[in-house]
Amino acid sequence: MTDVIDRRENPRHKSAVNAQRFLKRYRAQVREAVARAISGRKIAEADRDASVSIPARDLNEPVFQHGAGGRREVVLPGNKEYVTGDEIQRPPSGGGGQGSGASDDGEGEDAFRFRLSREEFLDFFFEDMALPDLVKTQLAAIPHHKRIRAGYRTDGTPSNLAVVRTMRESLARRIAFAGPHAARLREIEEALDELGGEEADRNDPRVAALLEEQAELRARVAKIPFIDTFDLRFRNRVTQPMPIAQAVMFCVMDVSGSMDESRKDLAKRFFILLHLFLKRHYERIEIVFIRHHTTAKVVDEEEFFHSTETGGTVVSSAIALTIEEITERFPLDQWNIYVAQASDGDNWEGDSPRCLDLLVNRLLPMVQYFTYVEITTGEPQNLWVHYEQARAAKPNMALGRIRDRTDIYPVLRELFAKKEKVAA
Amino acid sequence: MSSIRSTGRKGSLSSALPEFLKGRADAQPARPPAQRRRAEPLSTGSEWSFDLIARYDREIARVAERYGLDTYPNQVEIISAEQMMDAYASNGMPIGYYHWSFGKRFLATQQVYKRGAMGLAYEIVINSNPCIAYLLEENTMPMQALVIAHACYGHNSFFKGNYLFRTWTQSDAIVDYLLFSKQYIIECERRYGEEEVERTLDACHALATFGVDRYKRPPKRTLAQERLRLKEREEHLQTQVNELWRTLPHRADDEPEQSEVRFPPEPQENLLYFLEKHAPMLEPWQREIARIVRKLAQYFYPQRQTQVMNEGWATFWHYTIMQTMYDEGLLADSFLLEVLHSHTNVLTQPGFDSQYYSGINPYALGFAMYRDLRRICESPTDEDRQWFPDIAGSDWLKTLDFAMRNFKDESFIQQFLSPQVIRDFHLFCLIDDDDLPNLRIGAIHNDEGYRLVRESLARQYSLAEREPNIQIVNVDVGGDRSMTLRHFRQDRRPLAPMYKDVLRHLAYLWGFTVRLETANEDGSIEPTHECKVDKRRRGEPVLAAALRTLG
Repeated sequence: MTDVIDRRENPRHKSAVNAQRFLKRYRAQVREAVARAISGRKIAEADRDASVSIPARDLNEPVFQHGAGGRREVVLPGNKEYVTGDEIQRPPSGGGGQGSGASDDGEGEDAFRFRLSREEFLDFFFEDMALPDLVKTQLAAIPHHKRIRAGYRTDGTPSNLAVVRTMRESLARRIAFAGPHAARLREIEEALDELGGEEADRNDPRVAALLEEQAELRARVAKIPFIDTFDLRFRNRVTQPMPIAQAVMFCVMDVSGSMDESRKDLAKRFFILLHLFLKRHYERIEIVFIRHHTTAKVVDEEEFFHSTETGGTVVSSAIALTIEEITERFPLDQWNIYVAQASDGDNWEGDSPRCLDLLVNRLLPMVQYFTYVEITTGEPQNLWVHYEQARAAKPNMALGRIRDRTDIYPVLRELFAKKEKVAA
Repeated sequence: MSSIRSTGRKGSLSSALPEFLKGRADAQPARPPAQRRRAEPLSTGSEWSFDLIARYDREIARVAERYGLDTYPNQVEIISAEQMMDAYASNGMPIGYYHWSFGKRFLATQQVYKRGAMGLAYEIVINSNPCIAYLLEENTMPMQALVIAHACYGHNSFFKGNYLFRTWTQSDAIVDYLLFSKQYIIECERRYGEEEVERTLDACHALATFGVDRYKRPPKRTLAQERLRLKEREEHLQTQVNELWRTLPHRADDEPEQSEVRFPPEPQENLLYFLEKHAPMLEPWQREIARIVRKLAQYFYPQRQTQVMNEGWATFWHYTIMQTMYDEGLLADSFLLEVLHSHTNVLTQPGFDSQYYSGINPYALGFAMYRDLRRICESPTDEDRQWFPDIAGSDWLKTLDFAMRNFKDESFIQQFLSPQVIRDFHLFCLIDDDDLPNLRIGAIHNDEGYRLVRESLARQYSLAEREPNIQIVNVDVGGDRSMTLRHFRQDRRPLAPMYKDVLRHLAYLWGFTVRLETANEDGSIEPTHECKVDKRRRGEPVLAAALRTLG
């Protein structure tokens, strides 16, 4: 009468389609929520799943309902001291007495919170940066392991069957199983030979017994299967962590007064994208934050993004500090070094040639890659001109002038392409 | 019992456990006392296995049969936590059409579950034949047994026996109908685009609670008939609509008569049904979608009205069945203790002033009422004889069966809520009138108050009371085709402000202006809101309808 069915192996995520539709419908709100989440995150933690919230009033499902007001009776449990006729002060937030004056947005101020998986989160993050699909999937993947050969095992898929090994096992088994019989057979044959060989008298009971035993043993040997399940050997593969490699990423940013919040947001996205890329290739990544105006300083991430100072701009101070940090803390034979610089392009006039010199002769020979973004809408400044010269001299450098989020990826495109080619 | 201050009782539920244990000794005088510790316990550990589940189920079925529970065959499905979340999001249904609102529910469930703020239900059971019950794989063996008794025999017999379910749902056909609706809506999305289908579904969902025939009994149909009738219905519906909205000029002598006709002839409370049948602008597939939403709303209609009865019934039976099995020696002591632990958790009823209060717990109230009914049958007091002369001292099994079959929450409470239960719960009635400066206590658990509290609580469970009364009163057939709805106010209660959004959805389905007016209790009628329709959107279908009429 009762059927018990195990459904645990049935597909999960039956609601995936519905959840996707929800995200699609509220794309704009979710994107905003993701942007908020990004600005509150550390660069190294940008690609985590996240709990985001959007205003609940945007997504309520309206139905006809009674509103507040009028007369109503309610039966409640747990009376302790009331008797009929008692009067109780209306609780202040109860919202009595607002009969017709209820406003349109008088309800549903709560936030609707839900969780985005890492993939969904990255998807929203990438969405307005115009990344090519291939790059998106590459960045979203987590290739920390590779599969390598590791001997043989007794079960596996047919495609992994190790034929030679299997045949060797089969042969060994057949020899082992037939061995005692073979010895006995030889004895029988010798005995038969003594009794006259081919011409032996088949009616002689001794001969008959030997012949019978011989036939039985031969049948037994014939019954040993040529190949059996436990002969099968399969090539074994195990996953192994990728060879350990480490990289350090220098985030260099100009924090003079002209770098406003929206510029910093663009810079942050630029840093995050580079970090995601590095994460794909290196086991361990250090990030060093260097901010500068007229002098440069190593700071923590909080200070890097959130404090402003006024004053002039001397870019070379930051480059010099980067070089100093590298020589002191990151030996070139142990670290892969990446530098990402963001600025609004302003620099003290006389400083740019010095930057060029430091770059070409000192910094660029040390680093894997140097990227520079100038967040500006105006004409190129003198720093840009000098950086272009550096670019002409050294190929491990990329620069770009960016106005909005879609401009970020092209700056890194070359780096991505190069690395993927090496990896492939 | 005139003053609460003198009672010194504890809350009804804090006293549940001792009574529970005591209940074992004097619980079953209706049948020969079982020899205690006769059998070996079925199992002792907390791990479950399929074999054990089958053995427990056999025993539970045997006990249930002895108590005369009539059930559909059971289909028990073991599922994982993730699958349980999926089931939550789709109201427990195994199949459902795609819609973002289910996704929203899923994400919300997932969020609270992953934060650890909420445990998942131990089971979900579906009113279908066979009766499908989902059991969570994390449950221990005692929990699985409890849940089987609760869902597969308690709820199941309620689904099969209660008149509302018998009238309004077709348990044989529901799974097929869900499958049909899912496929139909996917097909619509393919043909007419996801967006348009979603728009229609949104609008229909907004009216779903106003899509139930409350007085007419629906005919029974199978999936095959459903399919067969689909095409027929689509064509037929469209011709009906076209007739009503005939755009050809009428002959001159028709005119005066036409303008006198009132349509609809009587106010309509089934808004969605009216739109499905008469909205001029809907495409045939949109009418079918309206019908699907309506049918599913109707399927859930009995559940909305029998929460207390249904949960109470299931809880009463898991309790009674487990007790009986324990008496027979089939359950180990530790097993029963775990069962009791969960049982009391489920029955928690915080007081109104507790921070955990979230309404009256239907499990607690329903369970207390059935248990009290049994007590009234088995050992009635003078008070019971006075209040329930017909059932005091009667056969409890028959009385409970009668109560389960023929009532809904509203009438069940009106009929069976005893002074004893009112006292145990310390129920009182609070009056909130915005014309008065203060809240007032209308009645408490004393001789003068029992009836008032009972009536008030019954009303609280009446759908007519819980949902506003809104009806379609007029359609301007000869003129601008606008539709007028009337909200009949009860106790001066206004509509929640989101009614404007609902009207927008309504206007989308109707295709023309929709007006809402409010009828006050003194008989006066005042216009409340008007929702116009963007004219550009409706150009094409009008032409199409006109062409069809001509053809």
